[in-house]
Amino acid sequence: MGESSAKIETRELDAYFGSNKAVKGIDIKVKANHATAIIGPSGCGKSTFIRCLNRMHEVVPGTRVTGEVLLEGEDIYSRGTNPVDVRRRVGMIFQKPNPFPNASIFDNVAYGLRMNGIRDKAFIQEQVERSLKQAALWDEVKDNLDASGVSISGGQQQRLCIARAMAIEPEVLLMDEPCSALDPIATSKIEDLIFDLKNDYTVIIVTHNMQQAARVADWTAFMYLGELIEFNKTKRLFENPEEELTERYITGRFG
Amino acid sequence: MNSKGFRKRMIKDRLATVAAVACVIAALVPLVSILVDVLIKGLPQFSFEFLTGTIPPPGSDEVGGIGPAIVGTLAAIGIGSLIGIPIGIVSGIFVSEYGDNLFGRTVRFVMDVLAGFPSIIIGIFAYLVLVVSLGGPNAFAGGLALSIIMLPVVARTTEEALKLVPTSLREASLSLGVSRSATIRTVVLSNGKPGIITGIMLSIARITGESAPLLLTVGWTAFYPTTLSQPMASMPVLIYQFAISPFDNWHDLAWGASAFLILLVLGLNITVRIIAHGGRHLFKRRR
Repeated sequence: MGESSAKIETRELDAYFGSNKAVKGIDIKVKANHATAIIGPSGCGKSTFIRCLNRMHEVVPGTRVTGEVLLEGEDIYSRGTNPVDVRRRVGMIFQKPNPFPNASIFDNVAYGLRMNGIRDKAFIQEQVERSLKQAALWDEVKDNLDASGVSISGGQQQRLCIARAMAIEPEVLLMDEPCSALDPIATSKIEDLIFDLKNDYTVIIVTHNMQQAARVADWTAFMYLGELIEFNKTKRLFENPEEELTERYITGRFG
Repeated sequence: MNSKGFRKRMIKDRLATVAAVACVIAALVPLVSILVDVLIKGLPQFSFEFLTGTIPPPGSDEVGGIGPAIVGTLAAIGIGSLIGIPIGIVSGIFVSEYGDNLFGRTVRFVMDVLAGFPSIIIGIFAYLVLVVSLGGPNAFAGGLALSIIMLPVVARTTEEALKLVPTSLREASLSLGVSRSATIRTVVLSNGKPGIITGIMLSIARITGESAPLLLTVGWTAFYPTTLSQPMASMPVLIYQFAISPFDNWHDLAWGASAFLILLVLGLNITVRIIAHGGRHLFKRRR
């Protein structure tokens, strides 16, 4: 892969909880407008790793990050970089759907826009509709935009969160096991969505479900005990892994 | 199955149940008897004259009313709330959101100590600060004393309410490129609002019945207050003064005022529960 097409690149990235090192020296180059999956057994640092990519790791008290994360060549951890600006460019979807319970579906999606100082009502209206359509939720909620964000089903809530993240037009979308709290039908809807999204966004998805990685991702990274063991084209990683550890994991011999 | 051991356990279970019920009754007897006694003697006093009339001079046959004391109590609560609620909410927000350090822990400790302070001491403090300097009892001094009493209640309930706002909602907001302070202003405060309102109402209920600080600070007069820098009547002081007086009509007024005060506090507490639980579970257990 060419140097220039890396949307996100990490160099010697370490992440700590107190004195416990959860992510160990990760170097990875993520291509723009592709979906990249990160797989690995529970506790291997996958979630911590992607939380470093939009500076959400440091939100937890007692945590620390060292190394570099380059977003289009610029280190997001450099002095003078505001984490708030980073998070505007790198959106995040969490494991459990987390719509704002006391806001309507419309206000949930409009929240990021309004908080970023946009007052133009027509523009907000347009952007909310566009985001909900992009998240394949518009048809289900268009007559019900004033209902509470938590009045819809879990799968719909997760798509609402995706619409909310996309409303501010981030460049990268990080997804931290976005389907782990959802049933198979809702999961397949989200997977279809990821498949469409990767045309316009750089998507990085953490999953403990190897089939899901195989279905949606162009590239797949395998992490174990905080280290990046292998990073390869998805097909290659699953069919002909270079590392023995990867092979043992994907064939279910540990994990 | 029906062994001797099982029978023994059944008997123990029964005895424990009986003991528990007996304790509950013992605890309820004083509460119910006070309530019934005060309401039986106080409710018959209620009338338009009672609620709005002025306090009769000592020894006269006039029935009179407790109007000035009601207005005085409301004025003292109002001044106390104006000072105590904003400061309490802001300290609660600070301790909950930015208080994970020595200063935050100190603020929390000071609030806990303050909550346990005897209210008469707070009354003496207000007396020294505002009664001595202004040359006599006044409404401001009473309001100041009440604000200090409500401050820790508001601060601690605000803190608890905000801590219950799930991390996932804060993270949702942060991940949208919203700053921490803006997240607190919007997501955290709006989700913690019911808890904060509960704290405000509880603190008002708490100061409504406070008598010691008012005895020292607002003084006494039989007439409606005209300015806040003058002495004024208040319910707790009226009850105290009239209960120890030798006049029957004053005794009646004291009973009436007691009933009024109890109903006021009871009403506030019920309002709190309705707000906190949306009215459906009026007597739901508190977490």
